[in-house]
Amino acid sequence: MPDSTAVLPQEEQRPELLHHFSDAEQQRDASSLGMWLFLATEVMFFGGLFCAYLVYRRWYFADFGAASKSIDATLGATNTAVLICSSLTVVLAVWAAQTARRTLLLLMLAITMLLGCAFLGIKAVEYKDKFEEHHVPGASFSFEHVPIPGHPDQYANPRHAQIFFSLYFVMTGLHALHMIIGLGIFSWLLSMAWKGRFTPEYHTPVEIGGLYWHFVDIVWIYLFPLLYLIDRHP
Amino acid sequence: MYFGIWAALLIFTFVTYKAAFIELGRFNAAVALGIATLKATLVALFFMHVWHAGEKLTKVVVISALFFLLLLLGLTMTDYATRLWS
Repeated sequence: MPDSTAVLPQEEQRPELLHHFSDAEQQRDASSLGMWLFLATEVMFFGGLFCAYLVYRRWYFADFGAASKSIDATLGATNTAVLICSSLTVVLAVWAAQTARRTLLLLMLAITMLLGCAFLGIKAVEYKDKFEEHHVPGASFSFEHVPIPGHPDQYANPRHAQIFFSLYFVMTGLHALHMIIGLGIFSWLLSMAWKGRFTPEYHTPVEIGGLYWHFVDIVWIYLFPLLYLIDRHP
Repeated sequence: MYFGIWAALLIFTFVTYKAAFIELGRFNAAVALGIATLKATLVALFFMHVWHAGEKLTKVVVISALFFLLLLLGLTMTDYATRLWS
């Protein structure tokens, strides 16, 4: 076995370059590709839920519309704007890391986390309303007698509305879990950036952490119209 | 450029929110999904740098992820969307 303590001069200058990569660029490409593959599995993960949503929405469109109208669309739109702003601060953080602007990097990472917390706070307000209205699926679930013209039962079927709320809580809940994990990743990035670990040559964690954050944003871009904006018009 | 994309995303969010309250019949869903796809494409291409990705494999992964998602949704709907024909 070769002496592993023998350190090449190049590695001495670049402690972040792992020995099984020939250069920093190859290492960065490998990390980035790995992240993209993970995101591809995430597409399928959320895809299953979107598929279930699509099937039930076609079957119970009127009931889904009535249930969707009970959620505050303005809160949903505000949250969409919050996430879009956080995506902007993420790309600015990546740019700051590339151009060695440490203060800007720290600032952008911190603002991203603040926006992430704001998103979760607004989400919590929404969930609280749903609990108070007994719209959470389970034993205490109840749904108002919303008249629907042309519906076979004249009124929205509470069982079908419950399916909508099940999908609503699972999809937004899973998305919120991703946001919480994202906040964890970003607090780690913030501490690394604080210690000055990122340089224009090495800032892969900021880049792939950013890819994750943007992906979570994209999921929300679809969740917002699909859950909040069904059949809104009078 | 990042600020331009950001502004476009915010404008599209506003448009999709307002359009949902206008009676467009079956086109409401089409408009909502169309705008969502446009926004997602902007985020992926410019914020996630797929447009400028030096590594071609990145594009292969993105396209195959979309392909398998469409396969999942498409083949499921060939069943559920055609059940009431008989």
